[in-house]
Amino acid sequence: MAEALIDARAVVVAYAARRQFLSKTAPARPVLHGVDLTIGRGETVGIVGESGSGKTTLGRALIGLLRPVSGSIHVDGREITDLTEAAMRPLRRRMQMIFQDPMSSLNPRRTIGRTLTAPLLLHGLVDEHAAARRRVEKILERVGLPANVLERYPHELSGGQRQRVGIARAVVLAPDFVLADEIVSGLDVSTQAQVLKLLGELKREMNLSMALISHDLSVVRAVCDRVYVLSQGRVVEQGRCDFVFDHPQDAYTRTLLDAIPLPVIDPAWLDRQPPGTAT
Amino acid sequence: MSEPLLSIAHLSAVSTRDGNAPVLRDVSLSVARGEVHGLVGESGAGKSTIAKAILGILPGGIRITQGRINLGGRDLLVLGAHERRRLLGAEVALIPQDPLTALNPARRIGAQLTDGLRLWRSLSARDAELRALALLDDVQMREPARVMRAYPHELSGGMRQRVLIAAAFALDPKLVIADEPTTALDTTVQKQILRLIRAMQERHGTSVIFVTHNLGVVAQICDRATLLYMGKVMEQGAIRDLIEAPHHPYTQALMAACPRYDRPGQELEPIPDAVLAACRAEVVAFDRAGASHG
Repeated sequence: MAEALIDARAVVVAYAARRQFLSKTAPARPVLHGVDLTIGRGETVGIVGESGSGKTTLGRALIGLLRPVSGSIHVDGREITDLTEAAMRPLRRRMQMIFQDPMSSLNPRRTIGRTLTAPLLLHGLVDEHAAARRRVEKILERVGLPANVLERYPHELSGGQRQRVGIARAVVLAPDFVLADEIVSGLDVSTQAQVLKLLGELKREMNLSMALISHDLSVVRAVCDRVYVLSQGRVVEQGRCDFVFDHPQDAYTRTLLDAIPLPVIDPAWLDRQPPGTAT
Repeated sequence: MSEPLLSIAHLSAVSTRDGNAPVLRDVSLSVARGEVHGLVGESGAGKSTIAKAILGILPGGIRITQGRINLGGRDLLVLGAHERRRLLGAEVALIPQDPLTALNPARRIGAQLTDGLRLWRSLSARDAELRALALLDDVQMREPARVMRAYPHELSGGMRQRVLIAAAFALDPKLVIADEPTTALDTTVQKQILRLIRAMQERHGTSVIFVTHNLGVVAQICDRATLLYMGKVMEQGAIRDLIEAPHHPYTQALMAACPRYDRPGQELEPIPDAVLAACRAEVVAFDRAGASHG
C-alpha cells in the first residue's frame, strides 16, 4: 500500500485538569489511551462508538485541533503534533471539517456568500473577490444549491441546505482530507441519503480522504471503506467494513450492531441480548 | 373486534400564520386497546401535530378545521377545557423527546414523580413516595432511593428517560404518547428504552402512539403504523404489511433510502424526484377536491 495520508500512532489525549467547585483541581482526564489509525489517499474511514468513546476527540487530534499528550500523527509524511501554529497553517487548508450542526457552525450574521469566499481569500487561493465568487458559484452548483443562497443568511435555509453549505465550505478549499463529525444525525432519512450520496461523489471526483465520525453503523457501512470501533478511548476492532460488519470479532462491536433497529420484521429483536454481554 | 380506544376521523388543520396552509389533511386512524401505533414521517409531515392535537396543546398558529378525536367514547374536540383536562390528565400521558427539558432542573426527581400521584390519586406524601419508589423499580432503575433525591442533571440521558417513562405510567393511563423518545440516545440505550416501553405497555395493557421518523424503530416496536407526508396519510396498516410489502411508492422509496449495516456498502438511494412529485400531486389534487366541495 502506498504511504497513508494520515498515520496516527499510539495517540494519547487527556483533557486538562479542571478546577472543581470547593475542591482542589481534578486530575487530568485521559480520553484516548493509545490509538493507532491510518487513512489512505482517497480512502474513507469510519470512526464509530457511543457518547464518551472518544471519537470526536480522535477526529480533532487528527486535524491538529488538539494536541496529544503522547504519540505521533503524520500527515503526508510530516509530524504535526509539535508544529507551531504558523507552521500548521498551510496544512489547515488541506484538512477541512464538516460539522454536526451547520446552524451553530455558520456565522448567523454573515451571508453564505461571505462565509464561503472568506477562506479562499484568507488562504490566498485566489487574489481577488470576483475570482473567489466565481469559484464559490461553481461549488454551490456542484453541491446542488441555487446561486441565490449566496445572498442568504443561515437561518433562511433548511437543515439539508445548511449541511450542503457546510460541505461546500469544506471542499471549496480543495482539501486532501475532510473530517465529517456526525454530519447526518439530525437529518431526515431522505435528506441524509442525499447528503451522503453527494459526499460519496465529491470524494471520488476530488480523490478525497475522509474520516466519518458517527454513532450510526448503518451510515458508516453505506459510505466507508474501513471502520474503527472505539470504546472508552481504545480501538476495540478495526478492519474493512465488509469484514467487520459481517463477521464482528469483538463483543462490543456485536452489541453495537445488535442494538440497531433495522426496518425488518424480527419479533425476537427487542428481547435479544447479543452473546457474551450482560444486561 | 371491540371499539378502538382512540379514533381520529377526518382530522384537518391549517396554519393560520401561513395563510391557512393545510398542515393536516383529512387524517383518520384508530388505535386499539393494547396496540402500539407508529406515527411515521419526515419533518413537517404532521406527526407531532397529531400528537399535540390529541393532547390539546396545539400551538396558537394551528387551527383544527374539521374532524373528531374520540378517546374512549368521548370527542376531545368538543369537550370543555376543564372536562378535557380531567380526562387527559387521568387517561393520557406523554413521554417527551428530550428528557432534560421535560424535567424541572431545580427540583429533585422524587418531588417531580410524586406531584401527579398526590394531585390525581390524592395520596399522602408518604404513600406517594412509596409508589414513586415502586415505579422507579418497575422501570429497572438501579438505586431508586438515590435517584429520588437526585436532580435531573445528575442522571444520564437513559436514566432521565426511565424517570419519564415511570412518570408516564404512574397514573395507569389508557394511552401513552411517545414523541421520538429515543432520538437523543445512544443505540444501546435506545434498545433498552424501547424494550422498557414495550414491557410497560404490555404489563399495563396500555395503548401507545409512537411518533418517530425511524423506520427501523417502527418495525421493531409497533403493531400498526400510519405513514404521513405533508399532513396526509400515505399508507396505513399492520406493521408486517408496511415493512415487507409497502404498496405506496413513498413508503417504498423511504425504505430504500434507509442505510443498513447488514448490507454491503452501496450508494444510498435518495427519494427519487418523481416519487416526491407524485406525492405532492396527490396532496394538491386532494386540496383541489376539498376546495371544489366547498
